[in-house]
Amino acid sequence: MTGNPAPNASVQEAPGGSPRAVPLLEARHVSKYFGSVIALRDVSLEVRAGEVTCVLGDNGAGKSSLIKTLSGVFPPDEGEILVDGNPIHFSGPREARAHGIATVFQDLATVPMMSVWRNFFLGQEPTRSFGPIRFLDQGRAKDVMKVEMAKMGINVSDPNQYVGTLSGGERQAVAISRAVYFGARVLILDEPTSALGVRQSGIVLKYVLQARDMGRGVILITHNPHHAYPVGDRFVLLKLGRVMGSYTKDQINVAELTQMMAGGEELAQLSHELQRLGPDQPAIREAAQELAQDAAGEI
Amino acid sequence: MQLPGPGIPGPGSASSEEAGDCAMDVPNTTKQAGPTSGRGDRVVAARTVTRIFRRPEVGAALAALAIFLIFAVNPVSSPLWLSQAGFVGWLTQAWQFGIMAVPVGLLMIGGEFDLSAGVLTGATAIMIGLLANEFGWNIWLCIALSGVFAVLVGLFNGFLVVKTKLPSFIVTLATFFVLRGTSVGLVEAINANSTVVTVLNPPAGTDLAKAIFGGSVGSQPAFPVALFWWLGVTILGMVILSRTTVGNWIFAAGGEPNAARNVGVPVGATKILLFVGTALGAWLVGTIQFTAGLSAVSEQGVGYELYYIVAAVVGGCLLTGGYGSVLGASIGAAIIGMALQGVIYARWPSQWGFAFLGILLLFGVIVNAVTFRQAQRARR
Repeated sequence: MTGNPAPNASVQEAPGGSPRAVPLLEARHVSKYFGSVIALRDVSLEVRAGEVTCVLGDNGAGKSSLIKTLSGVFPPDEGEILVDGNPIHFSGPREARAHGIATVFQDLATVPMMSVWRNFFLGQEPTRSFGPIRFLDQGRAKDVMKVEMAKMGINVSDPNQYVGTLSGGERQAVAISRAVYFGARVLILDEPTSALGVRQSGIVLKYVLQARDMGRGVILITHNPHHAYPVGDRFVLLKLGRVMGSYTKDQINVAELTQMMAGGEELAQLSHELQRLGPDQPAIREAAQELAQDAAGEI
Repeated sequence: MQLPGPGIPGPGSASSEEAGDCAMDVPNTTKQAGPTSGRGDRVVAARTVTRIFRRPEVGAALAALAIFLIFAVNPVSSPLWLSQAGFVGWLTQAWQFGIMAVPVGLLMIGGEFDLSAGVLTGATAIMIGLLANEFGWNIWLCIALSGVFAVLVGLFNGFLVVKTKLPSFIVTLATFFVLRGTSVGLVEAINANSTVVTVLNPPAGTDLAKAIFGGSVGSQPAFPVALFWWLGVTILGMVILSRTTVGNWIFAAGGEPNAARNVGVPVGATKILLFVGTALGAWLVGTIQFTAGLSAVSEQGVGYELYYIVAAVVGGCLLTGGYGSVLGASIGAAIIGMALQGVIYARWPSQWGFAFLGILLLFGVIVNAVTFRQAQRARR
């Protein structure tokens, strides 16, 4: 439940992310190997109450290994995970959840052919005893869901509406507000915007900020620096399982972030290839120019 | 050498395009929160009329009404159809499908099939008969042991499907053949090459068991007691599906098992429970059929598993799981009963009953697919 005194205390201490506050979740020099493959090497990051830590990296950078380590799917081979400053060994995702660490996976967050209220309480249904038998407390479930979704800025007028009829962004909102309601202090969001259009991505980023303003720590995993920069307080760049850079917002701007992430030379190379492919086609030319700009870090 | 580049820069350029808009989009969307919710209200208002017709069981109810009227209007079938004997006739067909359509429908909503459900109705009946004949035990003990056997079959199916992750269609097809073969083989071995098990010296408790399961009520032609079991099973199934935690898990297990697991739903246990449910349904049908005549035939129930599936699908259960209705499945069973019995009363060749069912099945599947697509369509 949300009434846990620990997060509230730290929220009051550090509404804007005071550096003295203890991080809610911290990874220290974490490494993970799969046989001879290095999935993660010496990765450190932290997330504090009321802050958003963005983990950026291209495909294969080790983002999903990092998520799985942080959410207790597997333990790190080296290094340690700390919750509220205390080292901890998760026995599994369930224990991580019990410590208030909730992971929202991009496509696997909701059941489309179930109503919003059923999805919201799935796995943690409120019940009402009727003699020896326990029934779903539908009235309470619907009321709580409405209130919690309203906090995210969504007005659900029909709780029986199928989640499948919601937009991609709203579905993410259901998953996020559900995690927050069930006591998540740290939200790990796995590529929440990657399948969404521009407008929907904006909506999801708004929910990220809303969760942050409720005093939660958010770890936003993404490959898009333009989604990360407006909402993030800290940025951790991953490449081939290693941390390429770790910055607070005042240490870096979005252009530098983009450049670092893609690797300036690689983008310039792509731009050249594109121009060679379609010098006459305006669309390709335009794309090539944009890439060249990204590569040069001028946006 | 030219590299096949276009595929790679495509997404890259798209995301940088998005980026420019997006940085501005965050404050924009905050302002748009009002209009968005307004649109939500309007959509709901338009839907209240159509919502009733979107319920999965409504189509089945309309079809049932239509079929009833066809035989009521037809001058050949009408007199018998509208008499008590007429009702007893099709209801006696329907309950056999109905008691099973409920657990089979629940299983289908949970994303699985059970092809061994039909033969298990016969196997449980035979088991009661053999135990009563060979050992002369109290009939209630025989019935209970048969129930234990059914639960074991359900657990076997469930564990096999959940642990091997094989399609339940294949796993239960195997169980179907095993049950069919052993029940025939066992009966012939014990019973001097006869496929019929008849209890000539009813053991203790038979009268009460017959009254509770296999009896009938009312003036002749009397209604079978089994109709109350059908009603009870339907209500139980409806309550479980829509009013309990397990019902929530059933929808989720069939709809999006990975999402369900991510939020802590015991998907495997739910599915195993559903297989035990169909097995117990088969046991109930077997018990009713055995106590009604104090005999059982070794191939009893073979082929009925398909009727159960037809009933569930006509009743609005989605073949791929995650959606459906217990009441609909029950109505589907009534439709099958009416179709099979009605053609006899109308003195049509009985094969027309099957053609009828085929058309209904097709119709049901199409309606389900449309409903599913409508529900899936995202507002953007």
